[in-house]
Amino acid sequence: MQYKNTTTHFGLVAVILHWLVALSVFGLFGLGLWMTELDYYDSWYKQGPWLHKSIGILLFFVIIFRLCWRWLTPPPVALSSHKSWEIRLAHMTHRLLYLLPLVTMLSGYLISTADNRSIEVFGWFSIPATITSIPDQEDVAGWVHLILASSLIALALLHAIAALKHHFIDRDRTLKRIFGG
Amino acid sequence: MKLKTLTTSLLVAGLVLGSSALMAADYVIDTKNAHAFVQFRVQHLGYSWLYGRFNEFSGKFSYDEAAPEKASIEVSIKTSSVDSNHAERDKHLRSKDFLDVDKFPQATFVSTSYTPGENGKGVLKGKLTLHGVTKTVNIAVESIGAGEDPWGGYRRGFEGKTQFAMADFGIMKNLGPKSKDVEMILSLEGIRQ
Repeated sequence: MQYKNTTTHFGLVAVILHWLVALSVFGLFGLGLWMTELDYYDSWYKQGPWLHKSIGILLFFVIIFRLCWRWLTPPPVALSSHKSWEIRLAHMTHRLLYLLPLVTMLSGYLISTADNRSIEVFGWFSIPATITSIPDQEDVAGWVHLILASSLIALALLHAIAALKHHFIDRDRTLKRIFGG
Repeated sequence: MKLKTLTTSLLVAGLVLGSSALMAADYVIDTKNAHAFVQFRVQHLGYSWLYGRFNEFSGKFSYDEAAPEKASIEVSIKTSSVDSNHAERDKHLRSKDFLDVDKFPQATFVSTSYTPGENGKGVLKGKLTLHGVTKTVNIAVESIGAGEDPWGGYRRGFEGKTQFAMADFGIMKNLGPKSKDVEMILSLEGIRQ
């Protein structure tokens, strides 16, 4: 497998980026739900959010890089067997699957930086606060964060179901392609 | 006869209360220029005190130097204005784990009696409604001072302290054995109307 995309195949970089983002998104969603329910004396009470924020910030840059990579080396074209409504729906979903994580992470950033605190990323570096004056910022951003994250997961599941439909019902190589096949 | 005596004393009591109400000075708590603070503190792990405050509240009190036992006060606090100098914690304090501000947007204290003591100190008894639960609490009050202000008004200030278990008001989140109680510190200045 070559590292760049071709008109028929995903390259190694795109494949790795896809699965890295997918794993991170589902991981962050689970971690986010779990960590907000923890007991105060749980050893993960501080570590959970620290990990969630650190990974979230890094994922933001990964997705920006992924978008740049996509622009540099466009993904393969749709299979000729795909119907036009499938292609349209898939493109819309793909666009949202880039947009939603970005705005979800932005809303998360606005929770933690609402009081001008910066966000530490694994103790390596910090992202400073910028917008701090939205009324009830941490509450509004918190609500938006949960709604967007839930929407993202719902959409990602739709995306996965569609891929499985291509694999098991249409029996085409749509799903195989994102493994580099 | 007994009934008549009771009626008479009630009438007399009513007259006394009525007249003293006329004499008593009414004060509005100076929240407009923030010379009043509703603060609280809770122990963190038993190692230190965590302080916070409610930024939005309003209230009035009545106080007559000649009859301090007639003093009364009512304060209404907007629970969502909780501020512990940490947005994430404040968000948590506003959530269902603690104040549940969507369901219980207001906390109130309405006094029922005041027992003056020595040196401007006294005990204020009243009903505190917090997290939808109303309970009688005693506030240890200390008169700080009173007099004309430099701008043509008349002011009077008190500080009151009370302590209660959060669980008594249905706030069950466990913060540890040393952090079950919250202390409230009300530092209020009123402007005479």
